[in-house]
Amino acid sequence: MQHGQYKEEMTGTLNLARRSRPWEQAIQAFLFFCAAVSILTTLGIVITLGTESWTFFNHVSPLEFFFTFEWQPTIEQFGIWPLFTATFMTSLAAMVIALPLGLGVAIYLSEYAPNAVRETLKPVLEVLAGIPTVVYGYFALTVVTPFLRNVFGQDRVDVYNTLSAGLVMGILILPLVSSMCEDALSSVPNSLREAAYAMGATKLELSLNIMVPSAFSGIAAAFILGLSRAVGETMIVALAAGAGPNLTLNPFKAAETMTGHIVRISGGDIGYDTIDYQSLFAIALVLFFVTLGLNVLSRRIIRKYGEVYE
Amino acid sequence: MKTDFQTSPAPAFRLDLAGRYRKGTLWSTVFLAITLLSVFFLATLIWTIVNDSFGYVILVNETDPASLARDGKALEALDAAGLTAVLEENLPGRRLRSLSNEKPLAERSRDDLYSVVMDEVVNPEVKAAFDLSESVLAKETILQTLEEDYPEGDLIFRAWLNRGFLGAAQSSVAIAAGVRGAILGTLMTILVTIVIAFPIGIGAAIFLEEYAVDNRLNRFIRINIYNLAGVPSIIYGMLGLALFVRLAEPFTSGTLFGAVADPTTANGRTVLSAGLTLALLILPVIIINAQEALRAVPGMLRQSSLAVGATKWQTVWHHVLPASFDRILTGTVLAISRAIGETAPLVVVGASTFLSQDPTSVFSKFTTLPIQIYQWTARPQEEFRRIAAAAILVLLILMLSLNAIAIVLRNRIRTKKRLSR
Repeated sequence: MQHGQYKEEMTGTLNLARRSRPWEQAIQAFLFFCAAVSILTTLGIVITLGTESWTFFNHVSPLEFFFTFEWQPTIEQFGIWPLFTATFMTSLAAMVIALPLGLGVAIYLSEYAPNAVRETLKPVLEVLAGIPTVVYGYFALTVVTPFLRNVFGQDRVDVYNTLSAGLVMGILILPLVSSMCEDALSSVPNSLREAAYAMGATKLELSLNIMVPSAFSGIAAAFILGLSRAVGETMIVALAAGAGPNLTLNPFKAAETMTGHIVRISGGDIGYDTIDYQSLFAIALVLFFVTLGLNVLSRRIIRKYGEVYE
Repeated sequence: MKTDFQTSPAPAFRLDLAGRYRKGTLWSTVFLAITLLSVFFLATLIWTIVNDSFGYVILVNETDPASLARDGKALEALDAAGLTAVLEENLPGRRLRSLSNEKPLAERSRDDLYSVVMDEVVNPEVKAAFDLSESVLAKETILQTLEEDYPEGDLIFRAWLNRGFLGAAQSSVAIAAGVRGAILGTLMTILVTIVIAFPIGIGAAIFLEEYAVDNRLNRFIRINIYNLAGVPSIIYGMLGLALFVRLAEPFTSGTLFGAVADPTTANGRTVLSAGLTLALLILPVIIINAQEALRAVPGMLRQSSLAVGATKWQTVWHHVLPASFDRILTGTVLAISRAIGETAPLVVVGASTFLSQDPTSVFSKFTTLPIQIYQWTARPQEEFRRIAAAAILVLLILMLSLNAIAIVLRNRIRTKKRLSR
């Protein structure tokens, strides 16, 4: 009897892993729920943007939305191009600043800078990246715009203009681009660097002819991710780029971007179930797919280049 | 053919050391200059804000405060009764009645009455506001402007960021406006965000790092989180507007719980909706940071815990989490400082444009510091730019102190860990 009991306990011990533990299972279920919240968020975004856009596109044909050139909700003109060109102009200006400067900073930090300098400069860049975007908007409006107006002439440059917003956005994105470029540069194997020096290359030749081409895909990924940030950036353009859709490619003129339009209209008193309200969701849907596409592209490039050196 | 190759070496093999080094030095200077440029940007940004927050202002009073002295006492020294008398003498009956309708004069405190007298009777108006560099370098010009344009005006040096600014409620007059409501709104919103996002974010990270097997669903969750981290914040605002403000209105407005005094005016544009929206916004960032923290815990720790018979959750709770908590905390604080500075999603969710009352519960209407900055910056008048700059200083100081607290906490946790070893 005693012997049997002991044996039973033994087998019980052996089967420990199969004992059901409701508490452990409950915790695991809760943890899974936490992870699933992210899926629910995505679903929520797609469903809310989708349904409102659906009702919008029942009123306004997608053809009109994508292929006409006037955005005036008051007279039911919904052609997204004026908002699109403004987004394009600000993003272009931002990338013209952020890519060369970001790459320059990355090359300096990874190839030239002594350790002590790097240790002091990296926090500076992090602080620059951590400043709220509304502060950058203030900066654009009170410093950069007056500066541009003094340089290029008061009558040529509007009080609100896409150039000012774009330039400041470039400063905002610079830390992102530089840190991604630096990662890309530092993941180039040391053997390449040593080989270049052994062939008698100077530091500059190493940087420009060996490091940058080798890290090119990483730099491209940084550029695309930066572009995605620029397209989705809101507060700088809401404050400095202008309030009113305007189909123009002149960087000195005021023009409202997609994000700027959403913020301005939703910040006012807007009734639910109006066409204005639904049009915002249609814009947001376009914005969502553009940024998602850029992000996916950026990550795909990174994954590909990761394979090259492994 | 062979001789040809020897006599004309390819240009790529040209030595020209001096020229190459010269080019190298030139470009290294360029790279250094670019890097210093980013430091310059940060310096300019901070200088601008400080420069705009202090400086001379020219004030013109509608009524001279000295003329309001009663019974030989200056205006500042008057008690409640005296101030009431001043109001009754100087304001038209219509305005008096509407003031009494808001709150009877007899029930108001002395300080309240004093601010009403200042706003309604003395009514100082900012005629010109100068920044710090102008005030220091061009004082003569300022004095000249004062004499020529505003002979009756007062010139005072004003720190726009002052105790009154921190303590005062919103106002349509820049000189009387303050950020008390905005600070409270920011703190309450962030509290909601932390309460929601911190446990869920860490839970998700634990699931993905410690529990998830490598199957299609879990891979999808991982990719999905990275994609969510790249979604523009304004899209989250749209989600919050559709989901929390509209769909879940009975819940977020508080009518479901009977928490609101007047259900007819209640709507979903509340602190709760704002906090929930920001929570969804920073969840991916918290999860990714926490995942990295958990990944840095050596596998040995888990194996030894499991080997002595601990269950999976016991291993996580007693060993993995404590070992990685300092890193998790740092990552979370970074995410939260991002949330504090977020503006666009909250504008979309429906921050109030003018809020005379402080938020009292999660069902209150709200405004936050960044939104206040946005609204003030968007106004054309010089003096609103000044209080926007002062509000930016408050925001940056708030974020800075949050980061400082996190660093102190992290170091304390690290020391504890070292001691227990």
